[in-house]
Amino acid sequence: MAKDEFKEYRLVGTRPDRPDGLDKVTGRARYGADMSAPGMLWAAVVRSPHAHAKILKIDASKAEALDGVKAVVTRADFPTGLTGEEWNLQENTMAGEKALYDGHAVAAVAATSKLLAEEAARLIEVEYEVLPHVIDVDDAIKPDAPVIREGAANASVPEGMPPNVVQYLDFGRGDIEAGFAEADLVSEKTYKTEATHQGYIEPHACLGQLGEDGKGEMWVCTQGQWFIRKMCSDVLGLDTAQLRVTPSEIGGGFGGKTTIFMEPLSLALSRKAGGKPVKLVMSRSEVLRATGPTASASMDVKIGMKKDGTITAARAEFRMQGGAFPGSPVDMALYCCFAPYKLENVQHIGYDVLANRPKCAAYRAPGSPMGAFAVESLLDEMCRELGVDPMEMRLKNAVVEGDTASYGPKYGSIGLVETLEATKAHPNLKAELGPNQGRGMASGYWFNHNGETSVSLAISEDGTAQVSIGTPDIGGSRASIALMTAETLGIPYEDVRVNVVETGALGVNEPTHGSRATFASGKAAVIAAGQAIKEMCKRAANEWGIDPEAVEWADGAAQPAGPNAGKFPPMTIAEIAGKMGSTGGPISGHHESVPEGVGASFGCHVVDVEVDPETGHVKILRYLVVQDAGRAIHPSYVEGQYQGGAAQGIGWALNEAYIYDENGKLQNSVFLDYRVPVASDLPMIDTVIVEVPNPGHPYGVRGVGETGITPPLPAIANAIQAATGARLHDLPMSPPKVLAAIKAMG
Amino acid sequence: MVAVHLWSSLTRFTDGAREVDIDAQTVGGVLDGLKSDYPGLEPILDAGVSVVIDGEIATGRHVEIPEGAEVVLMQRLKGG
Amino acid sequence: MSKMHVTTTVNGDTVEFLADPRETLLDSLRDQLGLTGTKEGCGTGDCGACSVRLDGTLVCSCLVLGVEADGKRIDTIEGMSEDGALHPLQRKFIEHAALQCGFCTPGILIAAKALLEENSNPTEEEVRYWLAGNLCRCTGYDKIIRAVMDAAAELRQEAA
Repeated sequence: MAKDEFKEYRLVGTRPDRPDGLDKVTGRARYGADMSAPGMLWAAVVRSPHAHAKILKIDASKAEALDGVKAVVTRADFPTGLTGEEWNLQENTMAGEKALYDGHAVAAVAATSKLLAEEAARLIEVEYEVLPHVIDVDDAIKPDAPVIREGAANASVPEGMPPNVVQYLDFGRGDIEAGFAEADLVSEKTYKTEATHQGYIEPHACLGQLGEDGKGEMWVCTQGQWFIRKMCSDVLGLDTAQLRVTPSEIGGGFGGKTTIFMEPLSLALSRKAGGKPVKLVMSRSEVLRATGPTASASMDVKIGMKKDGTITAARAEFRMQGGAFPGSPVDMALYCCFAPYKLENVQHIGYDVLANRPKCAAYRAPGSPMGAFAVESLLDEMCRELGVDPMEMRLKNAVVEGDTASYGPKYGSIGLVETLEATKAHPNLKAELGPNQGRGMASGYWFNHNGETSVSLAISEDGTAQVSIGTPDIGGSRASIALMTAETLGIPYEDVRVNVVETGALGVNEPTHGSRATFASGKAAVIAAGQAIKEMCKRAANEWGIDPEAVEWADGAAQPAGPNAGKFPPMTIAEIAGKMGSTGGPISGHHESVPEGVGASFGCHVVDVEVDPETGHVKILRYLVVQDAGRAIHPSYVEGQYQGGAAQGIGWALNEAYIYDENGKLQNSVFLDYRVPVASDLPMIDTVIVEVPNPGHPYGVRGVGETGITPPLPAIANAIQAATGARLHDLPMSPPKVLAAIKAMG
Repeated sequence: MVAVHLWSSLTRFTDGAREVDIDAQTVGGVLDGLKSDYPGLEPILDAGVSVVIDGEIATGRHVEIPEGAEVVLMQRLKGG
Repeated sequence: MSKMHVTTTVNGDTVEFLADPRETLLDSLRDQLGLTGTKEGCGTGDCGACSVRLDGTLVCSCLVLGVEADGKRIDTIEGMSEDGALHPLQRKFIEHAALQCGFCTPGILIAAKALLEENSNPTEEEVRYWLAGNLCRCTGYDKIIRAVMDAAAELRQEAA
């Protein structure tokens, strides 16, 4: 559907100031580390300097002897007997018998000042027996690799697999060999991506308090306060409802703040220190060493293509390590990697492998960027070999509504073809390229997600409205939810206040993840607004003495529905609200569900690069993001998601990587060495918002947050080959590697 | 009867069958039926799966399965 | 370690506090004076979230000791709007949607203000290089650069 065929909305699609903008440009917004409490202690964490080591002895006596030290905790202070992911979370929060990676927490201390806590942490003596370790995924999957944990494999892993394989996945359809036999060209290559960190600028921070009675409070920067509550309760053996978790403003998350890392430590220390509140703020180095990076991947892809660009068969075999615990996104990577293509014959095999690295967390479209790097790179290489235009290849094989996705189910309404056509029409594709410059293109996919959602809406006495949501606002979702609520109620945008509330105020909500906040909380807010409207129509009907069915809601007022209903002037929301106390009490709406109707989002990126043949440095000259938003509620923040995703993908492609030494110690645990893109690395990032409305949402919303990180990795690799002739199969495509690839061509 | 499509590595627990018939009307019924007919699947189903009905991921055990619907079992999807 | 008495001017007000000699200016501002608008993103001077002005010079407050502020003038994000009116940079950041999570925003605003005082008509490239020490992970910088350029244009018009 073209944009001009949309129903015209009063507010949806406009770009008002975000409701939390003023607080965020004045320094008033309160983030994780900005809260203090009377009598507060500060905490510091002792971390393993070894990648893999048995913990023989922990001696805290010198620390405890310091004046002002109030509590020390080790694993001995945690309950035993946990299993599955609960055990994983507990073990990651505080090492038990073994330290499993450089930076793994082994003890924590609380003291009356930050400097004192740090000093005390240095005085805690830990005796280790260093064990052999493994870092690289291809090393970790070897049969004779150091064993990270016995018995960690789940039931999916057949007998006889190497010891660090903890999950195995095999799915597909058709006849893969017959498909390859039909092809004019069959190519098979191996690609590798390194682990990268979400790189949110705000380090993890919390202020926790837990009494001897098991009742507690926590202020924390998180994408999901209910997840924090449940995970802390599990790890500490608390009753979930006794812990009240309030989300601070959040300084970026990108998936990395959907889980716990150190939060239970503040609660455990608080309980041991007689219930005093304990503040725990990670350093950047702790963030990089001990919080969720993404997985690293080693991927074999085999594709068959006809001379005209038709894909006849495709096979992917991916190995991913997500640290010392199960949970790499190898499954998602496989689901997404061929998603843009119609395939009769397709096979996917995946291995989730343990290694001596931090426990990976979700990172923007988890898995999808790695899979895209392998598949979109190989497709580009094959197009070159066959002389097929890569855009025409993408259009020829593009999935449409009703097609069966490579990963199994049928697609509902999707906008891939519209996205590709919009890309094709963009002026960037006609920009002239000079020497050492090249253009690359790639597609990307993310499912999007719904999740447990609970929203309350209440009409205030003056006819303004408040909406309580459980999904923290990371990138402007207060604005989008206020726009949809005001649109539905027929009132000004400024008359709606959207509050992100604590766990005591609503039913369970999943975090702001899976690109779900504007879709799921937004949909629930619209339904809740509809309930309030129904109630307000009833109040007007009672006042007028007519049937509620004879009242309709328009322009923020109850109106008689047609001439037969009677002749009454519209009764505004302010008039109805002003009398609510005497007409039946509070007027509100409430909706909770796992909302149906998630709409998937495809994107296509085109990048122009210039490669310095002397140094191998890659400069991004032009960058274009085209993506289906379904409907852009606040277009500026949709563009922001596209631009931000692209920038993270560019960093992953060119620069970012976890670098370990031979002892398995992370070598680049500060921003100087773990270098994310800075302003001078990037050009303006052009965006096109394609709008193929999602029929599953009242305003057509698809999630937009994640797809954008997926295409940059292969698009840049494709552009580098176009510029230099050299093809890179490993990330990051840093200057030394690009230079070596150019030199290798002779 | 509902025909449930499984991913390949689950066929170890279903005597090689990629598609199995389960007597059920709801998502919960499908999951319970799979467990009782193929006990080897239990830990995998308990670890978390998504049931996809005609392209849409079911939102809970209560969801009814229409006559003739396409039912696909997938690993549970999550996001960043 | 015994603490030292520090007298300094913050956003025009004289303040006094006792600082541990090891304590950074960032920690003094946040923990002693309650001025939490200045953020810590790295503690190593790489991210710029803690940017403040020290006697007019743009510094990373995580690389300055609190005791070094004695007798000096400090300007932080809390002092950027005057008499309740936002600085044009603050307004333009909201208008251009130049922030998502907002955590890097105070540091970027402080740094951008220092730029515009030095160069009222910067090119896009000059803005990008000036702000290269201020990391933003959310926006890809596009809207930030536009907001700074637009604020510069408005300030030039005011001055003309």
